[in-house]
This record gives sequence, C-alpha cells and structure tokens, in this order.
Amino acid sequence: MQESLLHIEGLTKAYPGVVANDTVSLTIGHGEVHALLGENGAGKSTLVKMIYGLVKPDSGQMTFKGQDYAPPKPSVARQTGVAMVFQHFSLFEALTVAENIALGMENPPAQNDLARQIKEVSQTYGLPLDPLRTVGTLSAGERQRVEIIRCLLQNPKLLIMDEPTSVLTPQEVDILFKTLRQLKSEGTSILYISHKLEEIRALCDTATILRHGKNVGTKTPSTATARELAELMVGASFDSPQKKEKDLGQTLLKIDALNVAATDHFGTSLKDVSFEIKAGEILGIGGVAGNGQDELLMALSGEQSVTSGAIEFDATDISHLPPHDRRLRGLLCAPEERLGHAAAPNMSLTENAIMTAADRKGLRKNGFLNWAGARQFAQDVIAAFDVRTPGTENAARSLSGGNLQKFVIGREVLQNPKVLIVNQPTWGVDAAAAASIRQALLDLAQNGAGVIVISQDLDELIEISDNFGALNEGRLSAIKPMASLSLDEIGLMMGGSHGMEAMQ
Amino acid sequence: MIRLEKRPTPSRLLTGLTPILAVLLTMIVGGLMFWILGKPPVEAIRIIFWDPLFDPNFAAYSRPQLLVKAGPLILIAIGLSMGFRAGIWNIGAEGQYIMGAIFGAAAALAVYPKESALIFPAMIIAGAFGGWLWAMIPAILRTRFNTNEILVSLMLVYVAESILASVSQGLLKNPEGYGFPGSRNLQQYPSAANVEILPNSGMHWGVVAAFIAVIFAYVLLTRHTRGFEIRLTGEAPKAARFAGVNPTRIIVFCLGLSGALAGMAGMFEVAGPAGQITIDFNSGYGFTAIIVAFLGRLHPIGILLASLLMALTYIGGELAQLMLGLPGASIQLFQGMLLFFLLATDVFTNYRIKLGRTKLGGSQ
Repeated sequence: MQESLLHIEGLTKAYPGVVANDTVSLTIGHGEVHALLGENGAGKSTLVKMIYGLVKPDSGQMTFKGQDYAPPKPSVARQTGVAMVFQHFSLFEALTVAENIALGMENPPAQNDLARQIKEVSQTYGLPLDPLRTVGTLSAGERQRVEIIRCLLQNPKLLIMDEPTSVLTPQEVDILFKTLRQLKSEGTSILYISHKLEEIRALCDTATILRHGKNVGTKTPSTATARELAELMVGASFDSPQKKEKDLGQTLLKIDALNVAATDHFGTSLKDVSFEIKAGEILGIGGVAGNGQDELLMALSGEQSVTSGAIEFDATDISHLPPHDRRLRGLLCAPEERLGHAAAPNMSLTENAIMTAADRKGLRKNGFLNWAGARQFAQDVIAAFDVRTPGTENAARSLSGGNLQKFVIGREVLQNPKVLIVNQPTWGVDAAAAASIRQALLDLAQNGAGVIVISQDLDELIEISDNFGALNEGRLSAIKPMASLSLDEIGLMMGGSHGMEAMQ
Repeated sequence: MIRLEKRPTPSRLLTGLTPILAVLLTMIVGGLMFWILGKPPVEAIRIIFWDPLFDPNFAAYSRPQLLVKAGPLILIAIGLSMGFRAGIWNIGAEGQYIMGAIFGAAAALAVYPKESALIFPAMIIAGAFGGWLWAMIPAILRTRFNTNEILVSLMLVYVAESILASVSQGLLKNPEGYGFPGSRNLQQYPSAANVEILPNSGMHWGVVAAFIAVIFAYVLLTRHTRGFEIRLTGEAPKAARFAGVNPTRIIVFCLGLSGALAGMAGMFEVAGPAGQITIDFNSGYGFTAIIVAFLGRLHPIGILLASLLMALTYIGGELAQLMLGLPGASIQLFQGMLLFFLLATDVFTNYRIKLGRTKLGGSQ
C-alpha cells in the first residue's frame, strides 16, 4: 500500500432509512485520475463528503499517504492536501474573483499578491481568468475556473471534482481536460465524479462504480465500453431511446424577434430570438446555463410578458395571452427548477397535477375543482411514467429528483400538447429515468407534436433533436439540422470558450 | 447533541395536536406564573377556562359574551387567514374594522330617524365597503409601487384611529348628546340595531355572518380555484406564476376580502354590542385576530375554535382579575404564551428531534 495516495477500506455511512455507503473500499494512486461513477443517490456525494471531512463515516478506515486519515472538518482535509470543486459553486456574484478566493482562505495574502498568484496559476495551467473581474459577469465555465484555482492555490495532492463538465461548452471541456492532464503529470491525483461515460473513457485511468451505496466494480474505462459501464451503474440493461424517421408537418410555433429584458441584475436579456417549430420536430436548444434559457421558457409559458407579434402559435398571435390561455391552445411547458417552479414542494402530487392540468383535462367547472379527477390524473401520470412514490397524496418534495422530474414531464405530456417546451429535462436524473424521459419526448414528436428541448447536455440534444440552435448571452444562433453539425461547430455556436482571447 | 431533522412530509398528527399541546403548556407555565405572583395557580386556571362556562354565578352572563367576543374575531381572522396563506400580510385589520364601523354607522345615521327593513342590509354593505376601501390602499400601493403591505396597512390603523376620533367629535357626533363625543346609540334605532337573535345567547347577526364566513372560506380553500391559487401562491410563488396565477389579482382579492370582513365586523360591533361610535370604540380585535388566525392554523374550522378559546381567555381573564386580583398584564402575558407555545411546538410538525453526535453536512 506504499504506492497509494488514498486508501479507503470498508467505509460505511447510514442515514435513517437508507445506507448511503455500504463498506466501500477503493484505492487512488499517485497521479491517478480515478472516476467515481454512479446514478443519482448511489452514494457518490456521501463518499466524497467523507473524504473531504464534511460527513463522518459510521465505520471503516481511510489512510492518506500511509497515515491514518479521519478529517473532522474540511479545513483539516485541506491541510492534509485534499481539495474539492463542488458541482454548485459557492461564489459571491457581486465580488471580484480575487475577493472570492480570499474569502475561502484561512490566511489570505494582500489582494495584490493574491491577484498575482491567481494570474500565475491560471497561466501555468492554461485556465484563462482575470482576478479583478466581478464574478457576476463570468460564464459558468469561468466560475468553475475560479473554484479550481482556489483549490490549486493550496497545492493539493488529491483534487476532487464533482460533475465538472455539466456546465461547460465542448471547448471549455477541452481546456479543463488539458489542465487535469497537466495536474496528473505533476503527480496530483484526481477523483472525478461524473455520469458522462465518454468523458470518463477519455480521461480516467480507473473507474469505481457505485450502485445503491456499494462498490459494484472497478474497471479500466479505456478498455470497457460505455454500455458496459452504464449497465454496471444501473444494475440492469435498459433501452436507449429510439429515434425513427419521420416527416415534419406545418409550422406550429413561430417566434419572431423576441426581446425580453432581464428581470434582475444577474439575469440575461433575450435579444432578437427567432425560430420556428413544425409538427413532429424536436428542436434542441443548447448553451451553457445562464445564457437566457429560463427567460426563454418564461416568455413562451406566458409568465413573462412580451411585445405583441413576437410569438405566433397556430398562425395566431398569442404574445399577449397569459399562461392559462396558452395552455388551452396546446402550448405547454416544463421548467427546469423542479421544486418551486415546476412543482410546489409542500403540496401533494394531486395538487401539483391540477396545477397545470386543470384546463386541458377539464378538472375545473364554474371555478370549482374536481379533486377526484385530479387524483385520477395524478395516478395516470404516476402509472404511465413509472414515478416511484407511495401515492398521489405525498408531497412533491418527498420524491427523489428523478421521480419528480418524471412526474413533471409526464404531467405535461399526458395533456397532449401541440407544442411542449422543456428546460433541462434530465438534469440530475438517473440514466434509466433520463432514457425514459427522452423516449417520451421522441414519442410525443412522433405523434405530431412539436418539442423544444432546452438542455445543457449536448449528448442528449445530439441523441434526440432534429434541429439545433444555441443560446449565447441571450441570442439564439441560426437553427441548423443536427445531423449536419460537428461537435466543433456546436461548440462555436454555443459561444466557444469564454475568455480564450484574453489570454492568448 | 440534540438536532432537528426535517420530516419528508409534515406530520398530520402533530398538525392537529400542537394547538392542544400549546394550550396545555400555556396552562402549566401560566399557572407557574400565577403561583410566583402569589395566587393559587389551579384556581386561577379554573377561573379562566372553566368558570365562565360552568360556574352557576357567572355562566349566565359569561356564556353569551363568548359569542359576542368570538364573532368579530372569527370574521376578521377568516379574512386575514386568506392573505396569510398567500403570503400577503395584512396587519391593519384594526384600521379596516374602524373604517367599517364608521361607514356602517354613517349609513344608518344619514337616514336617521327613518325606519326601513333596507337600512340594516345597507349598513352591512357600507361597513364591508369601508373596510374594503381601507384595505385597497395597501393593495394598490403594493401592486403599483411594490410598497410593503405590512407597513402600509399597519400605519393606516393610526390614520383610521384619527379619523375615528375626528368623526366622533364632529361629523357623526350625536346632536342631542349634550356635547359629549360619540354618535347616537344605534341600539336605540330599531332599523339599525344589530339585535340579539336568541335571547341570552349572545348570538347577533355578526355571529351569523361569522359562521357563514367560516363555511365560505372552507369551501373556497378546499374546492374552488381561487382558494387553490391562494394556497399555491403562498407555497411557491414562482410555481403559481407558472400555473397562471395572476399575483396582482391575488393581492387585491386577499386584501379586499380581509378588509371587507374586518369592516363588516366593525359595523356589527358598532350597531350591536358597542352601540355607538366613540373615540375609543376599537378594542384591538383586529390585532388579536392575527393571533387567532395562526392559533387556528389558518384553517377555517381551526379559526372558529381558536376564536372561541381566545374569547374565553378574555372573559376568564377579566373574571380572574376580579376574583383573584390578578394584574391585567399577567392575563395579556398568558394570552401571549399561547401564541408562543403554538409557534414553538409547531416546529415539530415539520421537524423531528434527533439525539446523536454532532454532524456536519446532512443528507447525502
């Protein structure tokens, strides 16, 4: 065990009602890029939280460089040489990069020194970043660089990265991978959490796969197929979505020079967004988060008022119509934020079902609600979309992310929309659920509906869309047939790599 | 270490149980307070909760008082609970109550001394209108200029009090009142009097209206779209917008309804138990109703029970002051404890206690 950096033996952590980690063992060598694979809820987060000192294991041992290692808190883990880049950034938007980094340090140097150090590290590792810029003006990829540089300033021996590429353009992923490879060559080990199998095959030396809190196998990704890894992760084989050939029908929805001002300081204004969607078409809208995706959905759902003439549905101007009337006409939406936007967390599934389905499902008469009908509809959604829940009277927040997402998508799909707009339909959803959601969207289009899929997951868009456009700073690129595009072209449509010019 | 852990769904058992638990805790700690004050604790609790209803000497007077005091509390609290459910905080029901009383009384005094069966219904409408109008000020300021309705509605209470003082010495002053401030006594004006429907029951038309309001609110909240929209807005404002709820309409509806009901309560009070507009006509029902609304879990039936309980502590409290010489402040403290313990025990409907070691980070 001399050659290993971190060795974990029999780590167990139980929460009420669930064993998050069940005697997990793994070994990470010096300069090794080790992938941690698993579905949502497989126990990846718990495992890294234990390594990072955020959670205390119930039993099991860890050794770091041959020494016993049991960090009581993250600062001890950092001193030992473990650093972590979280999936959700903890940055203050109104402060500069340097100020943000200083906030995370125990003894921050003077701002000038720090800015110089940041510049040095960012140049050494090819991570272009201006220390004096305000974080609020940075792209997601640049924000991630802030977090990475914050870690690198500590000279870590082990760098933990939680789903780092979920917010990046392909070009930014390339930059990140270059940096990670450089770190590896300098002897830094990386624990890389992801569910993107192709990435893992490209980058990682070893992969540990977790399922239901157990280590179900350690593989060498370069020699295993993506399908092999996926099935190990899910524990069963599942069907990949099937796309069939089809002809597109007439235009259903036409957006013409849609302009929407940002509602708050860090929001994005939509600028001259134009596109149209035909019956049977799936239009994929890519782009890094925060480039106007939420604003576009809210303008289409009717939550955000727009100038007249901008939105035409079934050859009628519906720009002035509120959400209720748009639904009645057949324009339905499923927002990204499941808890709080698409669903009310503390309300039951029945109540959440009637929330958007009252009109189209005829669950309202003279202003009075038909609860029996609503319960039946919720039951139908649960049955048709395999939502795992004890029943319709459970609160939305008691469902796991994937199950609630299936419920939200199912609720709209079962209302037979003419056009359905979904924002990040499979974000944070396990592989099997994601596959079934994508299949449902494909089926919907097959039956003649138009579907707009706004997503950060390029693989998803490539898999299901007929046409593709990208949002970048509130502007929509020209729409092109998906099949005609290369990954590089897609990346350029998404705005390329932010900040490349600044450094070169 | 004791930790609080969020329950996946709120406990239904505890939702019903915490008000009872709060009453019991109030009795225990309140009794302790009375004991420290040198008064017999058990007797004091008995006088507050038992004697007004069952003591042969007091019950005959106290029992009708229960409905007289609970009636306006129910009416006002039902209206407030609608707004509270939607996250719209009308703290100024007291002002709307005063304006309702003034409008209601003015409607009657304008036609005095004519007698007609239409006068009393007209007064109800005028009272509701007065309260509604007063509540529309914070509603319009909120929807137009995004002002805070808590501050505006609260400050309008003091404006209403000034108007009350002004009209009772001017516009509505009894011309035959020998110069004393205050209006004519509506109890002595048959067409305008809010009479007791059943003798010695305390049941006047305001209590009837309160019961109707309870049923109306119950149906609205459980069966009607508007009630659902109100609950949705309170639970998740963004989801409500997505569902198509117009926030402006909800604000105007909730403030308007609570204003109208508070105004009605004021009108029934001025035409009945109080009898006339005076400088200090208002007695804090509008503020107490806020406590009642929460004590009743913002639920119509709960509010009905909470109003009766609150009315009981008022009557019993007065009795205890009389019989045991308890200071008035201790009774107010006692009532305050009720809300305090309710909020304290409330935590357990959404959280449970966990005994164990300290841990950082929580769920996986």
